[in-house]
Amino acid sequence: MKDFLLIFRSPEHTGPDASPEEMQAHMKLWMDWFGSIAAQNKLSSRGNRLVHDGKVVRPGQVITDGPYTEIKESIGGFTIVKAESLDEAAAIASSCPILLDGGNVEVREIAI
Amino acid sequence: MSQPDLIPHLFRTEYRKITAVLSKRFGLEHIEIAQDIASDTFLQASETWGINGLPENPTAWLYVVAKNKAKDYLKRNTLFNEKIAQQITYEQNGAETSGAEIDIDLSDRNITDSQLQMMFAICHPSIPAEAQIGLSLHILCGFGVNEIAAAFLTNKETINKRLFRAREKLRSSQVKIEFPEASEIQNRLENVLTTLYLLFNEGYYASGRDVTLRKDVCLEAVRLTNLLLESKLTSLPPVYALLALMCFHASRFEARIDSEGETVLYEDQDEKLWDEDLIRQGELFLNQSSSGNVLSKYHLEAGIAYFHTIKNDTKEKWESILQLYNQLLINEYSPMAALNRTYALSKANGKEIAIKEAEKLNLTTHHLYHALLGELYTGIDNNKAADHFRKSLDLTNSKADQKVILKKLSAISS
Repeated sequence: MKDFLLIFRSPEHTGPDASPEEMQAHMKLWMDWFGSIAAQNKLSSRGNRLVHDGKVVRPGQVITDGPYTEIKESIGGFTIVKAESLDEAAAIASSCPILLDGGNVEVREIAI
Repeated sequence: MSQPDLIPHLFRTEYRKITAVLSKRFGLEHIEIAQDIASDTFLQASETWGINGLPENPTAWLYVVAKNKAKDYLKRNTLFNEKIAQQITYEQNGAETSGAEIDIDLSDRNITDSQLQMMFAICHPSIPAEAQIGLSLHILCGFGVNEIAAAFLTNKETINKRLFRAREKLRSSQVKIEFPEASEIQNRLENVLTTLYLLFNEGYYASGRDVTLRKDVCLEAVRLTNLLLESKLTSLPPVYALLALMCFHASRFEARIDSEGETVLYEDQDEKLWDEDLIRQGELFLNQSSSGNVLSKYHLEAGIAYFHTIKNDTKEKWESILQLYNQLLINEYSPMAALNRTYALSKANGKEIAIKEAEKLNLTTHHLYHALLGELYTGIDNNKAADHFRKSLDLTNSKADQKVILKKLSAISS
Protein backbone atom coordinates (compact mmCIF):
# COMPACT_ATOMS: atom_id res chain seq x y z
CA MET A 1 0.00 0.00 0.00
CA LYS A 2 1.17 3.48 -0.87
CA ASP A 3 0.01 6.83 0.39
CA PHE A 4 -1.78 9.20 -1.93
CA LEU A 5 -2.56 12.84 -1.29
CA LEU A 6 -6.01 13.95 -2.36
CA ILE A 7 -6.23 17.70 -2.90
CA PHE A 8 -9.73 19.14 -2.97
CA ARG A 9 -10.30 22.12 -5.22
CA SER A 10 -13.51 24.02 -5.62
CA PRO A 11 -14.57 26.95 -7.75
CA GLU A 12 -14.60 30.30 -6.05
CA HIS A 13 -17.77 30.62 -4.06
CA THR A 14 -20.14 33.33 -5.28
CA GLY A 15 -23.73 32.32 -4.42
CA PRO A 16 -25.60 32.90 -1.14
CA ASP A 17 -24.40 31.16 2.02
CA ALA A 18 -25.81 27.71 2.67
CA SER A 19 -28.59 27.31 5.25
CA PRO A 20 -27.80 25.31 8.40
CA GLU A 21 -29.81 22.38 6.99
CA GLU A 22 -27.85 22.46 3.76
CA MET A 23 -24.60 22.65 5.67
CA GLN A 24 -25.61 19.64 7.75
CA ALA A 25 -26.59 17.63 4.69
CA HIS A 26 -23.28 18.61 3.12
CA MET A 27 -21.39 17.58 6.24
CA LYS A 28 -23.12 14.18 6.21
CA LEU A 29 -21.96 13.54 2.63
CA TRP A 30 -18.39 14.24 3.64
CA MET A 31 -18.53 12.21 6.85
CA ASP A 32 -20.10 9.25 5.04
CA TRP A 33 -17.37 9.47 2.43
CA PHE A 34 -14.60 9.56 5.05
CA GLY A 35 -16.36 6.76 6.94
CA SER A 36 -16.47 4.68 3.77
CA ILE A 37 -12.73 5.05 3.18
CA ALA A 38 -11.96 4.38 6.83
CA ALA A 39 -14.21 1.27 6.83
CA GLN A 40 -11.99 -0.11 4.05
CA ASN A 41 -8.97 0.63 6.25
CA LYS A 42 -7.67 2.98 3.57
CA LEU A 43 -7.69 6.28 5.41
CA SER A 44 -4.12 7.24 6.22
CA SER A 45 -4.85 10.70 7.56
CA ARG A 46 -8.11 12.54 7.47
CA GLY A 47 -6.10 15.68 6.73
CA ASN A 48 -7.49 19.14 7.21
CA ARG A 49 -9.71 21.74 5.72
CA LEU A 50 -8.15 25.06 4.85
CA VAL A 51 -9.68 28.42 5.67
CA HIS A 52 -10.53 30.56 2.71
CA ASP A 53 -8.08 33.43 3.24
CA GLY A 54 -4.44 33.13 2.31
CA LYS A 55 -1.44 34.99 1.01
CA VAL A 56 0.94 34.18 -1.77
CA VAL A 57 4.55 35.17 -1.36
CA ARG A 58 6.71 35.70 -4.45
CA PRO A 59 10.33 36.67 -4.91
CA GLY A 60 11.10 40.33 -4.41
CA GLN A 61 8.84 40.97 -1.39
CA VAL A 62 5.73 40.55 -3.51
CA ILE A 63 2.94 39.36 -1.22
CA THR A 64 -0.61 39.20 -2.47
CA ASP A 65 -3.88 38.33 -0.74
CA GLY A 66 -5.44 35.09 -1.79
CA PRO A 67 -3.87 32.44 -3.91
CA TYR A 68 -6.22 33.03 -6.85
CA THR A 69 -4.60 35.65 -8.94
CA GLU A 70 -4.50 33.40 -11.93
CA ILE A 71 -6.88 30.54 -11.20
CA LYS A 72 -10.55 30.80 -10.30
CA GLU A 73 -10.52 27.90 -7.87
CA SER A 74 -9.11 27.37 -4.41
CA ILE A 75 -7.75 24.46 -2.43
CA GLY A 76 -10.29 23.66 0.27
CA GLY A 77 -8.47 20.84 1.99
CA PHE A 78 -6.56 17.60 1.72
CA THR A 79 -6.69 13.97 2.83
CA ILE A 80 -4.24 11.09 2.61
CA VAL A 81 -5.49 7.65 1.55
CA LYS A 82 -3.81 4.25 1.21
CA ALA A 83 -4.08 2.43 -2.11
CA GLU A 84 -2.22 -0.11 -4.21
CA SER A 85 -2.10 2.09 -7.29
CA LEU A 86 -2.85 5.53 -8.64
CA ASP A 87 -5.93 4.06 -10.32
CA GLU A 88 -7.27 2.72 -7.06
CA ALA A 89 -6.68 6.08 -5.35
CA ALA A 90 -8.47 7.80 -8.21
CA ALA A 91 -11.39 5.37 -7.80
CA ILE A 92 -11.64 6.36 -4.14
CA ALA A 93 -11.61 10.02 -5.15
CA SER A 94 -14.35 9.45 -7.72
CA SER A 95 -17.03 9.36 -5.00
CA CYS A 96 -15.78 12.48 -3.22
CA PRO A 97 -18.69 14.87 -2.47
CA ILE A 98 -16.74 17.83 -3.84
CA LEU A 99 -17.49 16.56 -7.35
CA LEU A 100 -21.18 17.30 -6.72
CA ASP A 101 -20.32 21.00 -6.16
CA GLY A 102 -18.38 21.46 -9.35
CA GLY A 103 -15.06 20.93 -7.62
CA ASN A 104 -12.31 18.46 -8.43
CA VAL A 105 -9.78 16.24 -6.70
CA GLU A 106 -6.13 16.05 -7.59
CA VAL A 107 -4.60 12.66 -6.75
CA ARG A 108 -0.85 12.46 -6.19
CA GLU A 109 1.31 9.66 -4.90
CA ILE A 110 3.45 10.65 -1.95
CA ALA A 111 7.10 9.87 -2.62
CA ILE A 112 8.89 8.03 0.16
CA MET B 1 -26.94 -12.72 55.25
CA SER B 2 -26.42 -16.18 56.75
CA GLN B 3 -22.96 -17.42 57.54
CA PRO B 4 -22.56 -19.82 54.58
CA ASP B 5 -23.39 -16.96 52.17
CA LEU B 6 -21.40 -14.39 54.07
CA ILE B 7 -17.94 -15.90 53.70
CA PRO B 8 -18.01 -16.19 49.88
CA HIS B 9 -19.47 -12.69 49.78
CA LEU B 10 -16.75 -11.28 52.02
CA PHE B 11 -14.15 -13.20 50.08
CA ARG B 12 -15.25 -11.38 46.94
CA THR B 13 -15.20 -7.95 48.56
CA GLU B 14 -12.37 -8.20 51.12
CA TYR B 15 -9.80 -10.66 49.74
CA ARG B 16 -8.68 -8.22 47.06
CA LYS B 17 -8.48 -5.33 49.53
CA ILE B 18 -6.27 -7.25 51.93
CA THR B 19 -4.13 -8.51 49.05
CA ALA B 20 -3.72 -5.02 47.59
CA VAL B 21 -2.77 -3.42 50.90
CA LEU B 22 -0.32 -6.18 51.86
CA SER B 23 1.26 -6.33 48.41
CA LYS B 24 1.78 -2.60 48.49
CA ARG B 25 3.41 -2.92 51.91
CA PHE B 26 5.63 -5.87 50.98
CA GLY B 27 6.30 -4.92 47.37
CA LEU B 28 4.80 -6.49 44.29
CA GLU B 29 7.57 -9.09 44.08
CA HIS B 30 6.08 -10.73 47.18
CA ILE B 31 2.50 -10.74 45.96
CA GLU B 32 2.08 -14.49 46.53
CA ILE B 33 2.82 -14.02 50.22
CA ALA B 34 0.17 -11.31 50.37
CA GLN B 35 -2.28 -13.61 48.63
CA ASP B 36 -1.42 -16.50 50.98
CA ILE B 37 -1.99 -14.37 54.04
CA ALA B 38 -5.33 -13.17 52.66
CA SER B 39 -6.36 -16.77 51.90
CA ASP B 40 -5.26 -17.96 55.36
CA THR B 41 -7.34 -15.23 56.93
CA PHE B 42 -10.45 -16.55 55.23
CA LEU B 43 -9.59 -20.12 56.15
CA GLN B 44 -9.35 -19.10 59.77
CA ALA B 45 -12.62 -17.16 59.49
CA SER B 46 -14.52 -20.17 58.23
CA GLU B 47 -13.12 -22.34 61.03
CA THR B 48 -13.55 -19.87 63.88
CA TRP B 49 -16.94 -18.52 62.83
CA GLY B 50 -18.20 -22.06 62.39
CA ILE B 51 -17.40 -22.82 66.04
CA ASN B 52 -17.90 -19.47 67.77
CA GLY B 53 -20.52 -17.92 65.55
CA LEU B 54 -20.21 -14.66 63.64
CA PRO B 55 -18.21 -11.84 65.19
CA GLU B 56 -19.97 -8.51 65.63
CA ASN B 57 -18.12 -6.87 62.75
CA PRO B 58 -16.90 -9.60 60.38
CA THR B 59 -14.96 -7.22 58.13
CA ALA B 60 -13.08 -5.64 61.04
CA TRP B 61 -12.38 -9.16 62.33
CA LEU B 62 -10.84 -10.10 59.00
CA TYR B 63 -8.65 -7.00 59.00
CA VAL B 64 -7.37 -7.65 62.51
CA VAL B 65 -6.57 -11.26 61.70
CA ALA B 66 -4.91 -10.32 58.41
CA LYS B 67 -2.81 -7.70 60.16
CA ASN B 68 -1.71 -10.16 62.83
CA LYS B 69 -0.90 -12.80 60.26
CA ALA B 70 1.14 -10.29 58.30
CA LYS B 71 3.07 -9.31 61.42
CA ASP B 72 3.56 -12.95 62.47
CA TYR B 73 4.85 -13.71 59.08
CA LEU B 74 7.33 -10.87 59.26
CA LYS B 75 8.55 -12.05 62.65
CA ARG B 76 8.86 -15.70 61.65
CA ASN B 77 10.30 -15.52 58.25
CA THR B 78 14.00 -14.92 58.08
CA LEU B 79 13.94 -13.98 54.43
CA PHE B 80 11.35 -11.43 55.24
CA ASN B 81 13.21 -10.12 58.24
CA GLU B 82 16.41 -9.78 56.34
CA LYS B 83 15.06 -8.36 53.14
CA ILE B 84 11.68 -6.73 53.32
CA ALA B 85 11.44 -5.84 56.99
CA GLN B 86 14.74 -4.02 56.68
CA GLN B 87 13.51 -2.25 53.64
CA ILE B 88 10.30 -1.23 55.39
CA THR B 89 12.26 -0.14 58.46
CA TYR B 90 14.45 1.92 56.23
CA GLU B 91 11.42 3.52 54.62
CA GLN B 92 10.16 4.44 58.04
CA ASN B 93 13.19 6.70 58.45
CA GLY B 94 15.30 4.13 60.20
CA ALA B 95 13.09 4.08 63.28
CA GLU B 96 13.71 1.20 65.65
CA THR B 97 11.04 -1.09 64.35
CA SER B 98 10.94 -4.81 64.32
CA GLY B 99 8.36 -6.78 62.35
CA ALA B 100 5.94 -6.70 65.27
CA GLU B 101 5.53 -2.94 65.24
CA ILE B 102 5.18 -2.49 61.54
CA ASP B 103 1.87 -0.86 60.80
CA ILE B 104 -0.44 -2.44 58.27
CA ASP B 105 -2.78 0.36 57.19
CA LEU B 106 -6.23 -1.03 56.43
CA SER B 107 -8.01 2.31 56.38
CA ASP B 108 -10.61 2.98 53.66
CA ARG B 109 -8.33 5.51 51.98
CA ASN B 110 -5.35 3.20 51.85
CA ILE B 111 -7.51 0.29 50.68
CA THR B 112 -8.87 2.36 47.78
CA ASP B 113 -5.47 3.79 46.88
CA SER B 114 -3.78 0.38 47.10
CA GLN B 115 -6.37 -1.15 44.79
CA LEU B 116 -6.09 1.69 42.30
CA GLN B 117 -2.30 1.51 42.37
CA MET B 118 -2.49 -2.25 41.98
CA MET B 119 -4.66 -1.68 38.91
CA PHE B 120 -1.96 0.51 37.38
CA ALA B 121 0.69 -2.07 38.25
CA ILE B 122 -1.23 -4.95 36.64
CA CYS B 123 -2.00 -2.88 33.56
CA HIS B 124 1.67 -2.05 33.12
CA PRO B 125 2.61 -1.91 29.41
CA SER B 126 5.17 -4.72 29.91
CA ILE B 127 2.43 -7.28 30.74
CA PRO B 128 0.65 -8.97 27.79
CA ALA B 129 -3.06 -8.08 27.50
CA GLU B 130 -4.32 -11.62 28.15
CA ALA B 131 -2.26 -11.86 31.32
CA GLN B 132 -3.51 -8.44 32.46
CA ILE B 133 -7.09 -9.68 32.31
CA GLY B 134 -6.21 -12.87 34.17
CA LEU B 135 -4.30 -10.98 36.85
CA SER B 136 -7.13 -8.47 37.17
CA LEU B 137 -9.66 -11.24 37.72
CA HIS B 138 -7.38 -12.99 40.19
CA ILE B 139 -5.95 -10.13 42.21
CA LEU B 140 -8.44 -7.30 41.79
CA CYS B 141 -11.65 -9.33 41.62
CA GLY B 142 -10.80 -12.28 43.86
CA PHE B 143 -11.72 -14.89 41.22
CA GLY B 144 -10.31 -18.35 41.76
CA VAL B 145 -8.17 -20.07 39.13
CA ASN B 146 -11.08 -22.41 38.31
CA GLU B 147 -13.42 -19.53 37.65
CA ILE B 148 -10.88 -17.74 35.48
CA ALA B 149 -10.31 -20.97 33.53
CA ALA B 150 -14.07 -21.26 32.99
CA ALA B 151 -14.30 -17.63 31.89
CA PHE B 152 -11.51 -18.15 29.34
CA LEU B 153 -12.82 -21.59 28.29
CA THR B 154 -9.52 -23.22 29.15
CA ASN B 155 -8.09 -25.38 31.94
CA LYS B 156 -6.63 -24.63 35.33
CA GLU B 157 -3.06 -25.44 34.28
CA THR B 158 -3.08 -22.94 31.44
CA ILE B 159 -4.36 -20.19 33.71
CA ASN B 160 -1.87 -21.08 36.45
CA LYS B 161 0.97 -20.88 33.94
CA ARG B 162 -0.32 -17.62 32.55
CA LEU B 163 -0.62 -16.07 36.01
CA PHE B 164 2.81 -17.37 36.98
CA ARG B 165 4.43 -15.85 33.90
CA ALA B 166 2.60 -12.58 34.46
CA ARG B 167 3.83 -12.38 38.06
CA GLU B 168 7.36 -13.16 36.91
CA LYS B 169 7.04 -10.35 34.41
CA LEU B 170 5.85 -7.95 37.11
CA ARG B 171 8.87 -8.94 39.13
CA SER B 172 11.45 -8.72 36.35
CA SER B 173 10.08 -5.40 35.11
CA GLN B 174 10.25 -4.15 38.71
CA VAL B 175 6.73 -2.78 38.51
CA LYS B 176 5.82 -0.85 41.65
CA ILE B 177 2.43 -0.48 43.31
CA GLU B 178 2.14 3.28 43.05
CA PHE B 179 0.37 5.95 41.06
CA PRO B 180 2.22 6.89 37.87
CA GLU B 181 3.72 10.37 37.63
CA ALA B 182 1.07 13.03 36.95
CA SER B 183 2.55 13.55 33.48
CA GLU B 184 2.18 9.85 32.75
CA ILE B 185 -1.33 9.33 34.13
CA GLN B 186 -3.12 9.91 30.82
CA ASN B 187 -1.04 7.32 29.00
CA ARG B 188 -1.09 4.73 31.72
CA LEU B 189 -4.80 5.26 32.31
CA GLU B 190 -5.39 4.37 28.67
CA ASN B 191 -3.87 0.95 29.37
CA VAL B 192 -6.01 0.50 32.45
CA LEU B 193 -9.16 1.42 30.52
CA THR B 194 -8.29 -0.97 27.70
CA THR B 195 -7.94 -3.82 30.19
CA LEU B 196 -11.23 -2.94 31.91
CA TYR B 197 -12.91 -2.72 28.51
CA LEU B 198 -11.55 -6.15 27.52
CA LEU B 199 -12.53 -7.57 30.90
CA PHE B 200 -16.08 -6.35 30.38
CA ASN B 201 -16.19 -7.74 26.84
CA GLU B 202 -14.85 -11.08 28.07
CA GLY B 203 -17.96 -11.37 30.20
CA TYR B 204 -20.34 -9.77 27.74
CA TYR B 205 -19.51 -11.40 24.43
CA ALA B 206 -18.14 -14.82 25.37
CA SER B 207 -21.01 -17.06 24.32
CA GLY B 208 -22.03 -20.48 25.56
CA ARG B 209 -20.46 -20.16 28.99
CA ASP B 210 -21.82 -19.99 32.50
CA VAL B 211 -24.19 -17.00 32.39
CA THR B 212 -23.90 -16.13 36.08
CA LEU B 213 -20.12 -16.15 35.88
CA ARG B 214 -20.19 -13.96 32.78
CA LYS B 215 -22.44 -11.46 34.48
CA ASP B 216 -20.09 -11.43 37.48
CA VAL B 217 -17.15 -10.63 35.20
CA CYS B 218 -19.10 -7.69 33.72
CA LEU B 219 -20.11 -6.39 37.15
CA GLU B 220 -16.52 -6.63 38.35
CA ALA B 221 -15.37 -4.59 35.36
CA VAL B 222 -18.01 -1.98 36.26
CA ARG B 223 -16.92 -1.98 39.88
CA LEU B 224 -13.24 -1.50 39.01
CA THR B 225 -14.08 1.33 36.60
CA ASN B 226 -16.17 2.91 39.34
CA LEU B 227 -13.17 2.67 41.64
CA LEU B 228 -11.24 4.94 39.25
CA LEU B 229 -13.80 7.67 39.97
CA GLU B 230 -12.81 7.64 43.64
CA SER B 231 -9.51 9.36 43.04
CA LYS B 232 -9.12 12.86 41.66
CA LEU B 233 -6.13 11.65 39.65
CA THR B 234 -8.18 9.20 37.66
CA SER B 235 -11.76 10.51 37.58
CA LEU B 236 -11.33 11.77 34.02
CA PRO B 237 -13.85 12.07 31.15
CA PRO B 238 -12.87 8.82 29.35
CA VAL B 239 -13.48 6.89 32.60
CA TYR B 240 -17.02 8.29 32.80
CA ALA B 241 -17.51 7.46 29.13
CA LEU B 242 -16.35 3.85 29.59
CA LEU B 243 -18.63 3.48 32.59
CA ALA B 244 -21.57 4.84 30.55
CA LEU B 245 -20.75 2.33 27.81
CA MET B 246 -20.70 -0.54 30.30
CA CYS B 247 -23.99 0.54 31.88
CA PHE B 248 -25.77 0.74 28.51
CA HIS B 249 -24.50 -2.68 27.47
CA ALA B 250 -25.18 -4.27 30.85
CA SER B 251 -28.75 -2.94 30.73
CA ARG B 252 -29.48 -5.53 28.05
CA PHE B 253 -27.81 -8.43 29.82
CA GLU B 254 -31.07 -10.18 30.76
CA ALA B 255 -32.70 -9.52 27.40
CA ARG B 256 -29.87 -10.78 25.20
CA ILE B 257 -29.58 -14.29 26.60
CA ASP B 258 -32.61 -16.56 26.81
CA SER B 259 -33.34 -19.20 29.46
CA GLU B 260 -31.25 -21.76 27.54
CA GLY B 261 -28.25 -19.47 27.41
CA GLU B 262 -28.80 -18.71 23.71
CA THR B 263 -28.11 -15.29 22.21
CA VAL B 264 -31.17 -13.18 21.48
CA LEU B 265 -30.50 -10.69 18.67
CA TYR B 266 -31.02 -7.02 19.37
CA GLU B 267 -34.10 -6.69 17.16
CA ASP B 268 -35.74 -9.71 18.82
CA GLN B 269 -35.13 -8.56 22.38
CA ASP B 270 -37.99 -7.82 24.76
CA GLU B 271 -37.24 -4.28 25.82
CA LYS B 272 -39.23 -4.80 29.00
CA LEU B 273 -36.24 -6.84 30.14
CA TRP B 274 -33.89 -3.92 29.62
CA ASP B 275 -32.70 -2.53 32.93
CA GLU B 276 -34.04 1.03 33.11
CA ASP B 277 -31.94 1.91 36.16
CA LEU B 278 -28.72 1.01 34.40
CA ILE B 279 -29.79 3.02 31.35
CA ARG B 280 -30.42 6.08 33.57
CA GLN B 281 -27.07 5.58 35.28
CA GLY B 282 -25.39 5.33 31.90
CA GLU B 283 -27.02 8.60 30.80
CA LEU B 284 -25.77 10.27 33.95
CA PHE B 285 -22.21 9.06 33.36
CA LEU B 286 -22.40 10.04 29.69
CA ASN B 287 -23.34 13.59 30.72
CA GLN B 288 -20.46 13.68 33.19
CA SER B 289 -18.08 12.45 30.50
CA SER B 290 -18.70 15.47 28.30
CA SER B 291 -16.28 17.86 30.00
CA GLY B 292 -12.86 18.62 28.60
CA ASN B 293 -11.90 18.40 24.95
CA VAL B 294 -10.91 14.76 24.55
CA LEU B 295 -13.30 12.65 22.49
CA SER B 296 -12.14 9.14 23.31
CA LYS B 297 -13.29 5.99 21.59
CA TYR B 298 -15.25 5.26 24.75
CA HIS B 299 -17.24 8.47 24.21
CA LEU B 300 -18.10 7.38 20.68
CA GLU B 301 -18.93 3.81 21.68
CA ALA B 302 -20.99 5.02 24.64
CA GLY B 303 -22.88 7.26 22.20
CA ILE B 304 -23.57 4.29 19.94
CA ALA B 305 -24.66 2.17 22.91
CA TYR B 306 -26.89 5.02 24.10
CA PHE B 307 -28.80 5.09 20.80
CA HIS B 308 -29.27 1.34 21.09
CA THR B 309 -31.20 1.87 24.31
CA ILE B 310 -33.90 3.54 22.20
CA LYS B 311 -35.97 0.70 20.82
CA ASN B 312 -37.80 2.63 18.08
CA ASP B 313 -36.12 2.18 14.71
CA THR B 314 -36.10 5.74 13.40
CA LYS B 315 -33.97 7.07 10.57
CA GLU B 316 -32.56 9.68 12.96
CA LYS B 317 -31.43 7.03 15.40
CA TRP B 318 -29.52 5.14 12.72
CA GLU B 319 -28.17 8.34 11.20
CA SER B 320 -26.71 9.25 14.60
CA ILE B 321 -25.26 5.75 14.99
CA LEU B 322 -23.79 5.92 11.47
CA GLN B 323 -22.06 9.23 12.18
CA LEU B 324 -20.60 7.88 15.43
CA TYR B 325 -19.25 4.84 13.59
CA ASN B 326 -17.82 7.11 10.88
CA GLN B 327 -15.99 9.03 13.57
CA LEU B 328 -14.85 5.87 15.35
CA LEU B 329 -13.39 4.47 12.12
CA ILE B 330 -11.74 7.74 11.13
CA ASN B 331 -9.96 7.66 14.52
CA GLU B 332 -9.05 3.97 14.40
CA TYR B 333 -9.91 1.11 12.05
CA SER B 334 -11.34 -2.15 13.31
CA PRO B 335 -13.13 -4.86 11.28
CA MET B 336 -16.06 -4.99 13.72
CA ALA B 337 -16.57 -1.23 13.50
CA ALA B 338 -16.41 -1.44 9.69
CA LEU B 339 -19.11 -4.16 9.64
CA ASN B 340 -21.32 -2.37 12.16
CA ARG B 341 -20.92 0.90 10.32
CA THR B 342 -22.15 -0.75 7.13
CA TYR B 343 -25.19 -2.13 8.94
CA ALA B 344 -25.98 1.35 10.30
CA LEU B 345 -25.50 2.70 6.75
CA SER B 346 -28.15 0.30 5.45
CA LYS B 347 -30.57 1.52 8.12
CA ALA B 348 -29.81 5.19 7.48
CA ASN B 349 -29.14 5.34 3.72
CA GLY B 350 -30.76 2.16 2.41
CA LYS B 351 -29.68 -1.40 1.60
CA GLU B 352 -28.52 -0.79 -2.00
CA ILE B 353 -25.95 1.79 -0.91
CA ALA B 354 -24.87 -0.43 1.97
CA ILE B 355 -24.37 -3.46 -0.32
CA LYS B 356 -22.02 -1.45 -2.55
CA GLU B 357 -20.09 -0.28 0.49
CA ALA B 358 -20.01 -3.75 2.04
CA GLU B 359 -18.48 -5.24 -1.08
CA LYS B 360 -15.56 -2.83 -0.79
CA LEU B 361 -14.73 -3.93 2.74
CA ASN B 362 -12.30 -6.71 1.83
CA LEU B 363 -13.23 -8.85 4.83
CA THR B 364 -14.24 -11.95 2.85
CA THR B 365 -12.58 -14.33 5.31
CA HIS B 366 -14.63 -12.99 8.23
CA HIS B 367 -17.84 -14.95 8.92
CA LEU B 368 -19.66 -11.85 10.11
CA TYR B 369 -18.89 -10.14 6.80
CA HIS B 370 -20.96 -12.79 5.01
CA ALA B 371 -23.62 -12.69 7.71
CA LEU B 372 -23.91 -8.94 7.08
CA LEU B 373 -24.17 -9.38 3.30
CA GLY B 374 -26.72 -12.13 3.81
CA GLU B 375 -28.73 -9.72 5.92
CA LEU B 376 -28.41 -6.90 3.36
CA TYR B 377 -29.38 -9.11 0.40
CA THR B 378 -32.38 -10.55 2.25
CA GLY B 379 -35.49 -9.24 0.47
CA ILE B 380 -33.42 -7.92 -2.44
CA ASP B 381 -31.89 -11.11 -3.79
CA ASN B 382 -32.64 -14.05 -1.52
CA ASN B 383 -30.42 -16.43 -3.52
CA LYS B 384 -27.40 -14.24 -2.96
CA ALA B 385 -28.44 -13.81 0.65
CA ALA B 386 -28.54 -17.60 1.11
CA ASP B 387 -25.11 -17.96 -0.51
CA HIS B 388 -23.62 -15.51 1.93
CA PHE B 389 -25.30 -17.08 4.95
CA ARG B 390 -23.89 -20.47 3.88
CA LYS B 391 -20.40 -19.03 3.47
CA SER B 392 -20.73 -17.48 6.89
CA LEU B 393 -21.68 -20.87 8.38
CA ASP B 394 -18.60 -22.45 6.82
CA LEU B 395 -16.33 -19.84 8.33
CA THR B 396 -17.38 -20.02 11.98
CA ASN B 397 -17.04 -22.52 14.80
CA SER B 398 -19.15 -20.49 17.18
CA LYS B 399 -22.25 -22.53 18.00
CA ALA B 400 -24.17 -19.43 19.01
CA ASP B 401 -23.44 -17.65 15.73
CA GLN B 402 -24.25 -20.78 13.71
CA LYS B 403 -27.68 -21.01 15.33
CA VAL B 404 -28.47 -17.38 14.56
CA ILE B 405 -27.36 -17.76 10.93
CA LEU B 406 -29.32 -21.01 10.45
CA LYS B 407 -32.43 -19.26 11.73
CA LYS B 408 -31.96 -16.45 9.18
CA LEU B 409 -31.27 -18.95 6.42
CA SER B 410 -34.42 -20.92 7.10
CA ALA B 411 -36.47 -17.71 7.24
CA ILE B 412 -35.58 -16.87 3.62
CA SER B 413 -35.78 -20.43 2.28
CA SER B 414 -39.36 -20.98 3.43
